[in-house]
Amino acid sequence: MSVPYQVVIGLEVHVQLSTQSKLFCGCPTVFGAESNTQVCPVCLGLPGALPVMNQRAIELAIQTGLALNCEIASVTKWDRKNYFYPDLPKGYQISQFDQPICGEGHLDFPDPENEGESLRVRLIRAHLEEDAGKSMHDEAAGKADSRIDLNRTGTPLLEIVSYPDLRSAVAAKAYLTELRLLLTYLGVSDCNMQEGSLRVDANVNLHIEHNGKTIATPIVEIKNLNSFRAVERALEYESKRQFSQWQQTGAVMGDSPKQTRGWDDAAGVTLPQREKEESADYRYFPDPDLIPLQITDAQLQRAQSAVGETPLMVRRRLQRDHELKAYDADVIASQGRAMVSYFDEALTKGASAKRLSSWMQQDVMRTLNENNWTITEFPIAANKLASLLVAIDDGQLDNSRGKNVFQYFLDRPASDLEEAIKSLGIASVDQAELEQLCRELLAENPKIVAQVKEGNVKGLGALIGPAKKRNPNIDPNLVRTICQQLIDTEF
Amino acid sequence: MHLTTRDVKKVASLAKLAFSESELAHLTQQLGDIVHFVEQLAEVDTDGILEMTHPLDIHSALRADQVNACLPRKDALANSPNSDGEFFLVPPVLGK
Repeated sequence: MSVPYQVVIGLEVHVQLSTQSKLFCGCPTVFGAESNTQVCPVCLGLPGALPVMNQRAIELAIQTGLALNCEIASVTKWDRKNYFYPDLPKGYQISQFDQPICGEGHLDFPDPENEGESLRVRLIRAHLEEDAGKSMHDEAAGKADSRIDLNRTGTPLLEIVSYPDLRSAVAAKAYLTELRLLLTYLGVSDCNMQEGSLRVDANVNLHIEHNGKTIATPIVEIKNLNSFRAVERALEYESKRQFSQWQQTGAVMGDSPKQTRGWDDAAGVTLPQREKEESADYRYFPDPDLIPLQITDAQLQRAQSAVGETPLMVRRRLQRDHELKAYDADVIASQGRAMVSYFDEALTKGASAKRLSSWMQQDVMRTLNENNWTITEFPIAANKLASLLVAIDDGQLDNSRGKNVFQYFLDRPASDLEEAIKSLGIASVDQAELEQLCRELLAENPKIVAQVKEGNVKGLGALIGPAKKRNPNIDPNLVRTICQQLIDTEF
Repeated sequence: MHLTTRDVKKVASLAKLAFSESELAHLTQQLGDIVHFVEQLAEVDTDGILEMTHPLDIHSALRADQVNACLPRKDALANSPNSDGEFFLVPPVLGK
C-alpha cells in the first residue's frame, strides 16, 4: 500500500557491556541479585566516594566502535548529566557530552525487502555512561511508596545513536537484528532484552509531500520498547498516528517541543509521556572527579585484533569462498558465532559447503529447535557430521541412509561412523540384486506399472517404501531409475 | 553577565527548590555576586593556551575489571529516610 509520506527513523540503543564489575566501582553487575546487595559508597553516591574507570569497559567500547566503523577518540572525557529522579542517587549521571569515546560510524545490514542487497545506517556517536537504578511503582493505586533498587546503578552502558537514516519499521527491525548479532559476535554484551541488556528508543517523524512542498511532522521519541517486534509495531502505529494528527491539526516540526510517548504493547498504541526537557536543562559539565582518558595506537591495535570476523564478513566469505547463496550464507551467519565456528570446523574436516549448509539448515537446526539446544549443546561434533557428509559424497551411503546415521549419532553420542554403518547394516547394494528387487516389486504392482505407462511417473514413489522394507540400503533414486527402465523394456 | 530573578527561578526549579519572593531577591543578589567574582577570571589573557577539561595534567587512571566487596544491605539502607529493609522507599512517583 502506498502512503503519501516518508517515515524517518533514528534509533538510540543502550547496550549493557559484559564487564564483571561496574563502570566506576567494584560492585558486581550480575542480574537478578537480591535488591540493594550490589552497592557501595561509589554507586550509592555517598559523600567523599570517588569513581575510577573500569579498563575493560573502555576496551569493550573501543571494540564495538571499531566494528561499527566509528572514529575512536584519541582523548575522551566524562561529563555530569544533571537531573533528579529517585533511582539516580547522585543527582547526576556520569555520561559523555562533547567528547564521546566513539564518533561517527556506520553499520551495513541485509535489506529485508531485497535479498542479497544491503542498507546502511550512519551513526552519530557511541558514548559510555552509567546506568541508573530501578524504580518499582505502585501502579494500581499510585498511593503507596515507590521502591528503589540500586543494584543496576553504575552498570556500564554504551549508547549507540544513529542518524535518522531508516525509512521503514521493517528496516529498523533489520538494523537492530544486525546490531544485536554483531554485538554477540563481539561478545561485548549478552544483548538480553528481558534483562534490560539492550534497550531501544526510537525517534520518528514523517516527511509529507503537500502542495509541492515537503512538510516535516514534530519528532516523537518512543520509549518502553521491550522487543524488536515491539519496535516494529510501535513505529508502524506511530507513523499512522502522526499522519492522522497532521491531517487534523496541521502541526509541523517546530510548533511544539519534542514529545516523548510510551509504547503500550498490550493495547498496541503509543501514549504521551512528559515533554522532553531541553538539552541545556541537563546542565552538562565536565566531571571534576574523573580525569580524561587518552586512547593510544597500541590500545587501538589490541582492540582491532579482538574484533575478529563480523557477521557481514562471514556472509561474504561463505558466498565468495564456498559459493553459498546469499540466503544460505545469511541463515548460517545469523545463527551466531558458535554456529559459524561449527560450520567452519566441519568444512576443514572435508565436508562440502553446499551439502553441509543444507544439512545444517535442515537436520541440525531442526534438532536444535526440537530439543531447545544451542549448537554448543549439540551432541554430534562437527568432525563427526563431516565424516558422515564425506561418506555421502563418496557414495558410501545415500542421503536417506545418511539420515539414519544422523539419528544413530544423536542416540549414541559416543558412536562413530564405522560403528553406525556396521550397526545399521549399511552396505552397498549389488546392481543385479537391485534389479531383481525392482522386477519383483513391479510384478506385484501391475496398477503402478499401468499408471507409469500412462505417463504418471509419480506412481513410482509408492514403491520406495516396500523396497526399503526388503532392503533398507537401497537408494530410492536408483530404484526409481531402474523401475522406469524395466517398465520401458520388460513390461 | 547579569543574573536576573528569572534565571534564579529557573535554576531553583531545576534543583526542585521553592523560594518566596523576598528569598528570591536575596538569592539573586548573592548568586549575582558569586558570578561576578568568578567573572574576574575572564580578565586573564588566555590567547594561545590550550583548553583543559581538568586542572590536573594527568590522564587515563584505570582500574582492572575486578569485583570488590559490597556494602551489607542494612548499611546501604542505613542513611535512607525510609526503607523496608530491602528497598529504599520514596514518595510515590507517577511516571518519569
